[in-house]
Amino acid sequence: MALLVLGFWKLQIIHSDLYAQLAERNRVRSIPIIAPRGAMLDRYGRVIVDNYPSFSVLLLRDDPQQVERLLPQIADGLSVTVDDLRQQMDAANSLPHFQPIVIKPEATPGDIAFIESHRADIPVLEMLMVHRRRYPHGGFMAHVSGYVGEVSSDQIEESGGRYRPGDIVGKAGLERQYNDHLMGIDGMRRSVVNSVGREVGRLEQTDAVPGKPIRLTIDYDLQLVAEEALVGKKGAVVAIDPKSGEVLAMASQPSYDPNDFAVRISKDEWQDLNEDAERPLLDRAIQAQLAPGSVFKILMATAMLESKAIPADYHVFCPGSAEFYGRVFHDWKKEGHGDVDLHKAIVHSCDVFFYNVGKQLGIDRISFYGGNLGLGHKTGVDLPGEEPGIMPSESWKEKVFHQKWYPGETISVAIGQGAIAVTPIQLSYMIGGIITGGRFHQPHLLLSDKAAPEIDFPISDSTVDTVTEGMFGVVNEPGGTAGASKLPGIELCGKTGSAQVISEQGLKRAGKQAALKDNAWFVGFAPRQNPEIVVAVLVQGGEHGGEAAAPIARNVVKAYYDKKQGRISPQQLTTQAVPPGIPPSFVANTARNSKPDDGEEETVPTNPDPAPTKPQPVSTTPQPTPAATVNP
Amino acid sequence: MNEGTGIRDYDWWLLTIIFGICGIGVLEIWSATHASHLAGMHWKQLWWIALGFGLMMLLSRLDYHSVLDKTPILYLIGIIALLAVLVVGHTRYGAKRWLPVMGEFLQVSEIAKLIIIVTLARFFAEVRTDRLAIADLCKAAVLTAVPIGLILLQPDLGTAMVLIPVVAVGAYLAGIQWKHAAVMVLAAALMVPIGWHHLKPYQKERVSTFLRPEEDPKGSGYQILQSKIAVGSGGFWGKGLGHGSQNQLGFVPVRYSDFILAALAEELGFAGVFVTLVLYTALLLRLIQNAQHAKDRAGMFLVMGVAAILGFHVLVNVAMVIGFMPVTGIPLPLMSYGGSAMLFVFLALGLVMNVRLRRFVN
Repeated sequence: MALLVLGFWKLQIIHSDLYAQLAERNRVRSIPIIAPRGAMLDRYGRVIVDNYPSFSVLLLRDDPQQVERLLPQIADGLSVTVDDLRQQMDAANSLPHFQPIVIKPEATPGDIAFIESHRADIPVLEMLMVHRRRYPHGGFMAHVSGYVGEVSSDQIEESGGRYRPGDIVGKAGLERQYNDHLMGIDGMRRSVVNSVGREVGRLEQTDAVPGKPIRLTIDYDLQLVAEEALVGKKGAVVAIDPKSGEVLAMASQPSYDPNDFAVRISKDEWQDLNEDAERPLLDRAIQAQLAPGSVFKILMATAMLESKAIPADYHVFCPGSAEFYGRVFHDWKKEGHGDVDLHKAIVHSCDVFFYNVGKQLGIDRISFYGGNLGLGHKTGVDLPGEEPGIMPSESWKEKVFHQKWYPGETISVAIGQGAIAVTPIQLSYMIGGIITGGRFHQPHLLLSDKAAPEIDFPISDSTVDTVTEGMFGVVNEPGGTAGASKLPGIELCGKTGSAQVISEQGLKRAGKQAALKDNAWFVGFAPRQNPEIVVAVLVQGGEHGGEAAAPIARNVVKAYYDKKQGRISPQQLTTQAVPPGIPPSFVANTARNSKPDDGEEETVPTNPDPAPTKPQPVSTTPQPTPAATVNP
Repeated sequence: MNEGTGIRDYDWWLLTIIFGICGIGVLEIWSATHASHLAGMHWKQLWWIALGFGLMMLLSRLDYHSVLDKTPILYLIGIIALLAVLVVGHTRYGAKRWLPVMGEFLQVSEIAKLIIIVTLARFFAEVRTDRLAIADLCKAAVLTAVPIGLILLQPDLGTAMVLIPVVAVGAYLAGIQWKHAAVMVLAAALMVPIGWHHLKPYQKERVSTFLRPEEDPKGSGYQILQSKIAVGSGGFWGKGLGHGSQNQLGFVPVRYSDFILAALAEELGFAGVFVTLVLYTALLLRLIQNAQHAKDRAGMFLVMGVAAILGFHVLVNVAMVIGFMPVTGIPLPLMSYGGSAMLFVFLALGLVMNVRLRRFVN
């Protein structure tokens, strides 16, 4: 008898807490209420990314015998095979029985009707409402928005307990950058169940805290123009407001459809995306590190004037080539430009002029200005994965290659070739900084009242004027390399660039495979005084900046002015101006999502679209969410 | 009816303990069932207690010697009843244990227990040697083995087992020789593998579950696990009557009967269990004391038989509730719901009362 008392003592006093926990878990079924993610709105509050409700079918396994008995009926009703169901149950065998499992991820309206009408005789089925992410189709803004996916085990570890297995988190782009803001806090529905798993009561419920929407600096209308312009091409467009650093548009092609990730991407699809030679996952706007070509001459001009190492009225005669350090460097124009001063050198993009400037400045002075004008390091845009590019210098080469810098390399760098590599966003940042007198605003995508961090590297007014006049000439003077992109009534300025993908030596080594066409660049801005928009365009393999890239920038700037001058109202743009290159599905979707600016972002509903085909939660489940992972 | 047996001669302590235990039982039955479709069960239990008490008082007025005199007839009736239940018995839960009597189902083996106690008491009382001869021991073994065998055929392993302590205690008190005891134990040990072979699948499962309960928490280990959860989660003071989730939501198996102590442990905590176990200990000590004061060997054997069988019930049931023993289906005397069991216990206690009333009488 004493032994028995000890037995009770052991259970009731020593291990009381453990058994109290077990008893609690016995009777309480905790089902998370998935918090919807915050929407992404454009700068005027138009919804770009939101959620739609979707249902998964849950199987409650509290009573294995009952489940076993009902299996054929369930399989029949949900149009799956008994074997399939059994397989899923076997796979979940290691999970506690009180944890329901998802047996069908996307329930059809028929499935939902089946579950509802058989609540009495098949009590083991439940519906779980989840919020699936809805992105614009066709890869619209995909690299900016990014995509979501199930949290990886690495992320769980890094998060320090904030993420739990099964959580949906941002994996790329803004989804990842602002995950903590976008992601809500899941709630918990707790109900009391009896020994056969029947719900006999409800406990207090923790409501889900929806994620907060983010308002972007993106102007949907400009984004549309940028996306349209890139369809079928390989490249990127970045439009920023140089006075604030706000990114007005940012597009990269080829792209991918983030909606493919929203449910669950298959291994094959993922592999295809990763191994695609076109590299659709690469965000070219911030990750393509390429030689800037002649766009770099703007930096050279700035360095030349600001360093005062070379007089402002410096001019050379360009015969079409020049010899430096025993090697002949050609101008892009075989017959030469004749007598060239700085203005003409910019307008006509004379290589020989800048070869000479480069030789006189030296690589370290070029590197000094390059570094201070935004090259060779990240701009700090609020996107994950930005690349820093390369701004070569003597010490850089020593450090990376353990080799001495050859003076001849400086000549190549002077026209934006050779070791130098930049990203499109860096060029827009650099040009934006130079033309605003050296006031560099960190590019950003999140619209905020607070000014973005600013880095000042003062540039004299005379330099700004000279460079601006040169870039104005590129578009507006006869013989300017982007003359075709002249916009009537708009002071579009810019600089073209056509950069070799590999050096001439490399081309020889590659066996004269001329398949690698030059990359076309154009960085433009407007207006001439107090510029409001800078657009950097990269078209890989576009060959000529003036022909391939400048028109895209021109279209973006034109759209900007059309809107500003009220010629096109934002809504008309999104609902009526159907861009030709964009799949109709995407247009339909975006048109549906677009809505007029309605002020405060917090008041914007995350899901303005109860599509008629979407199943709605039905009477018996007033709380819209039983969920997959249950019980801590 | 003998003279001199007045009201004062009843064992008031024993009665107090009995009603204390019954009271706790009724309370817990009420708590365990009031919110379910079984509501009202405690009234039935009260009715059984009243009936049992009445029978106990009746039996106590009868001289136990006259009961002992009729032992052969009683034994025969017992055997016939056990045979009858196998032939025409009512089947419930896969076992034939019940005979319909006056609209209620009587569990025949409960009556058989009583008859075995009386039979063995008379048998051992008549062995006048100090040492139990081997022949007598064998006779006693056969007397017990026949009903045990019949009960095993029902099948009802639990009830069959509770008869063994009656004969064991009787044999011990009758002066069993050590070597005989050793041989008996050895024989019993040898029977185990054979017996295992003949166990029903559910019985084997219960035993293996008892040995490794965590292997199948939703299958047969479920009962033990849920019982332990109920007990453990009760803590020191319990969750309060009607507030035990394990109990109220039906996680505790047969919470009003075999596992009533688990339900009680959850709702009244260690404190409640302690009081209950103290009451049972007091009951057993009181029975042993009564045996000590019995007038003759027959009375002593009767009371000790009752003590042995009740003590075994209590030990096995309580041990089962906390997972010390496999699930056997042995109820907790005086607390578990059930008419036959209640009547058996009261009748057995009626015999004890009977012996007590006649302790000073020649």
